[in-house]
Amino acid sequence: MSVDRISRRAFAGGIAALALARQAGAQGYAGLGEKADGFAKVTPGKLFAFPGDHGPHPEFRIEWWYLTANLVDFSGAACGLQWTLFRQAAQPGPQGEGWANQQVWMAHAAVTRADTHRFTEVFSRGGVGQAGVTAKPFDAWIDDWELKGFDSTDDRTLAPLALKASSTDFSYALTLEADRPVVLQGDRGYSRKSERGQASYYYSQPFYRARGTLTIDDKPVDVSGQAWMDREWSSQPLDADQTGWDWLSLHLASGDKLMLYRLRQKDGRDYPFGNWISAAGETQMIAGGDIQMVPKATAEVAGRKLPVEWQIAIPSRSLSILCKPLNPKAWMGTGFSYWEGPLSFAGTHDGVGYLELTGY
Amino acid sequence: MRRALWVLAVLLSHWRRHKMQFATLLVGLIAATALWSGVQAINQQARTAYDRAAATFGGARTAMLVAPDAATFPQELYVKLRRAGWPVSPTLEGRVQVNGRSLRLLGIEPVTLPVEIGNAPRLGASDLSSFVAPPGQTLVAPETLSDLQEAEGASVPISNGAKLPPLRVLPHLAPGVLVVDIGVAQRLLNKPDQVSRLLIGQPKSKPAALASVVGDQLQRVEPTAETELERLTDSFHLNLTAFGLLSFFVGLFIVNSAVGLAFEQRLPMLRTLRACGASARLVNTVLVVELVALALVAGLIGLVCGYFIAAVLLSDVAASLRGLYGAQIPGQLSLRPEWWFAGIGISIAGALVAATTSLIKAIRMPVLTTAQPRAWQQRQRRWLVLQSLAACAVFAVGLLLLGYGQSLIAGFGLLAALMLGAALILPALLELLLLAGQRAARRPLALWFWADSRQQLSGLSLALMALLLALAVNVGVSTMVETFSRTFLGWLDGRLAADVYINASDNGQGVAIRNWLKERSDVQAVLSGGRADTQVQGQPVELLGLPDHALYRERWPLLEAAPQAWTRLVPGNAAFISEQLSRRLNVRIGDVIEVPAPGGNWELDIVGIYADYGNPKGQLTVNVAALIRQFPQTPQTRIGLIVAKENIPGLIGALQKQFALDDRSVADQATVKAESIRIFNRTFAVTSALNAFTLGVAGIALFTSLLTLANSRLPQLAPLWAIGITRPHLAAIELTKTLSVALFTALLAVPLGLLVAWCLIAIVNVKAFGWRLPFHIFPLQLVELVAVALVASMLAALLPVIRLARMQPANLVKVFANER
Repeated sequence: MSVDRISRRAFAGGIAALALARQAGAQGYAGLGEKADGFAKVTPGKLFAFPGDHGPHPEFRIEWWYLTANLVDFSGAACGLQWTLFRQAAQPGPQGEGWANQQVWMAHAAVTRADTHRFTEVFSRGGVGQAGVTAKPFDAWIDDWELKGFDSTDDRTLAPLALKASSTDFSYALTLEADRPVVLQGDRGYSRKSERGQASYYYSQPFYRARGTLTIDDKPVDVSGQAWMDREWSSQPLDADQTGWDWLSLHLASGDKLMLYRLRQKDGRDYPFGNWISAAGETQMIAGGDIQMVPKATAEVAGRKLPVEWQIAIPSRSLSILCKPLNPKAWMGTGFSYWEGPLSFAGTHDGVGYLELTGY
Repeated sequence: MRRALWVLAVLLSHWRRHKMQFATLLVGLIAATALWSGVQAINQQARTAYDRAAATFGGARTAMLVAPDAATFPQELYVKLRRAGWPVSPTLEGRVQVNGRSLRLLGIEPVTLPVEIGNAPRLGASDLSSFVAPPGQTLVAPETLSDLQEAEGASVPISNGAKLPPLRVLPHLAPGVLVVDIGVAQRLLNKPDQVSRLLIGQPKSKPAALASVVGDQLQRVEPTAETELERLTDSFHLNLTAFGLLSFFVGLFIVNSAVGLAFEQRLPMLRTLRACGASARLVNTVLVVELVALALVAGLIGLVCGYFIAAVLLSDVAASLRGLYGAQIPGQLSLRPEWWFAGIGISIAGALVAATTSLIKAIRMPVLTTAQPRAWQQRQRRWLVLQSLAACAVFAVGLLLLGYGQSLIAGFGLLAALMLGAALILPALLELLLLAGQRAARRPLALWFWADSRQQLSGLSLALMALLLALAVNVGVSTMVETFSRTFLGWLDGRLAADVYINASDNGQGVAIRNWLKERSDVQAVLSGGRADTQVQGQPVELLGLPDHALYRERWPLLEAAPQAWTRLVPGNAAFISEQLSRRLNVRIGDVIEVPAPGGNWELDIVGIYADYGNPKGQLTVNVAALIRQFPQTPQTRIGLIVAKENIPGLIGALQKQFALDDRSVADQATVKAESIRIFNRTFAVTSALNAFTLGVAGIALFTSLLTLANSRLPQLAPLWAIGITRPHLAAIELTKTLSVALFTALLAVPLGLLVAWCLIAIVNVKAFGWRLPFHIFPLQLVELVAVALVASMLAALLPVIRLARMQPANLVKVFANER
């Protein structure tokens, strides 16, 4: 069973619909389970090449640059931030010039402290330079939000990078550094989603050290901590019978990284998946039967009941932890709404991470 | 409760016996509500249309960035601003010809379009995908679709051969606009990577200073709550409202007299009710309830009538607004619920106000005292003095407005003061006249005639005031319309100098047509013109290019001109200015005006001022060659021809055949003139219709007043009958009396009406439209109006007089038997 965590962000499949629907306030999964006809197919055996693969793959339907960071300020108080850039092609085929370009871009940004959660989103069409990604020098931008490389940026580590985003009531600017190369997920970057052929290309950089300034309500605070970036692209990411997912990325105090999620199905069953990345950067899949994910407590946010506290156990790794959110109200009330916020955990292992809940 | 119902039943029984009176009361309320609501419905419809236009994807309601010369600018500036945090959205605008019609093409970018843009049309998710993705969509208002005579989904070609994306109807879109994706607009208008305006949304963060991003290439234009269109059309709507208000008040006069009469007649009934034990509070409450119920019923009927009045007038109003201001108003009336509530509300409020005096009297009535016969004379004198003082005060306000008022509102204020003052002073003037008559009279009957007329005055004065106002407005408006009509026709004769007009679809066709015309022996001269748009001091200004030809020198009318004006136009450094623009910019002959042109500012000496009736835009006329030098983009598609009369039909036929030109693209002078006159006539159709309505309502007011008086005056007439004056003789005296006061009122209305006309022409028109017309008086028209007024009065007086002539002697005898 190799449904990979691409489904976690498969909602990106609906960007175009979302970008265009926001005026009507509509939400939806439009396009998620659409056929990939005319788009490039994800096949096994691809050799990743950097910096090229840091850049966009417009022949595939969807793609994202997804960054989360667990930070602390000078007083030791925890906080988290999210920066995500999504690309979706509205139509397959040769890239249109100017406004005729079929790419639509969407980005989300959020900051979370124990006492507040702020978020915002922006949309843009491709083709005119308002949003886009270049591989060398690395630059991913939309309006005045940007994740940008330097002359010194190493293609293997995709570091250092400078990150910025701003909204009416918050902004942030971070530098990200890493000394280990990016990690290919799945089978050397080929991440299978189902027996029916859904798959994605997928790699991560979970080893970023972050430092910078977080400003909420015009009060800047120096922050530092760890960050995790996911890069993923595909053309048909999701099965029609999947209702949502519960996803975690965990920075263990040992320096190891753990990514876990479970996919929920219409019939009420769910399937857990996991990936263990050692502190040295070696990655290993965890068998679904070896993962126990049990919701412990729910919080009511935006009229929904959300399982924000989780008991996690992986017997083969002698791991048993309780994950608690920094702020149970970390609801992303964006065009496509979901819960995403920082957490901390304790038990056999300690550490911090990010939790995402969709489809509630 | 039962008791209240019984009281109500008793009160209502009065109406069963006085059906005419009941009808009068209802007619008054219905007339008041109908005209007022009709006018309000039209105004509301128009305002909604302006809102639609203003809100269409960032009209004047949105802050925006534009290039200083109002030209398009590179899209690159848009990207720069977005990347500096500016929440801007690009639009590109231009005009295209579709099926022979010129329409505004608006390219928008739906993804960044500010969400908070007023009531901009909204698109659902799937709709927007198909709007953006090829082949895209062309959004149009339902009116535009039917104007184009196309079906939804049709892909219509524009004049340059390119095809519009399939048409789709968006119900709340402004008419006359085609909305497409910005990329499509850039292609259709052949302006790749160009943008006309950037709409500014709510900032998400603190954007960098504008100048630090784009230098001085763009400037910010703040949103205006009131659009240009609203500003221009305000006067028109004020005009309509004024008419509506006038009709409303005249209607209330009717209600007032009907309620007054009913009260007089029900006095014994009220006394009986009180004597039977109904408390004063109960009786009064029931009186008010009865009135409100009547107002409710009449209000509803009035609203329905108002709806029909509005529906009938709307097409004319729409034509007027389109002709005068280029405003597009849908011809289908749509009303909001507020309109119905407001209409009912105003009907009830009006009824209560009109009945106040009667109700107060009822409340204060002692139970057992009989009604005192009116001490006419004493009360009347005090009342006349007070009213005359009020009139003087109102005149003083009018004088102040004349001296110091600058705005259009002040102009209307002056008009209102003039009419109100005249109405207030009317009874005093009539009293003086009748007093003089009484002094001159010798014979007893004549003496009685004059004295009785004076006594009648307070009862009749409201109706006479209504008649005075209606007549004065009639005189004023007719004079203005007639003046305008004559001036306009003369002006049109001069302005339409060429014999045939051609509008080529593009420059290429223009050149082809000119070449073809050169070969024709029946064409005496080809006059090529041009038109360009620019902005001067923030005002949209049209530049009209005229060729240098003797025909224009001879016929083109100028209001004022410097010596050698036409010759000075030729080198290209001088211009004529339209009258309205000269007023707006406060420019006179000899002044210099700077016009932003693509190559830099163009300085023009003003050497002439000309009338440009009916053009909402300010206009400057320059030499056409100079215009093309300064504005190289000017389409050279306008061609005028001088042709001998007998050759015109043949030439037009040949042109149509050769170049596939439709009726809109080639026309002879007579057709253009007829079309202009048709638009002109429709423009004033509304004014005339409302005018007639108002006069009609005034007639009803007079009629009901006389009816009321006739009934209450039996005690005065009975003694005369008793001493031997026959009923027909009495009736003749009554008729003479009515006609003489009506005649006097009508005669007074003539100078008042001329004053009103002067106000309209010299103050209101100038402020509203920017043109001043020469003032003419049309004596025949005045005589006609006075005659109409007299006939109306006579008809109004006839029924009461006939009733008097036929009255059963028994009724007259009853006067002596009854208490009153």
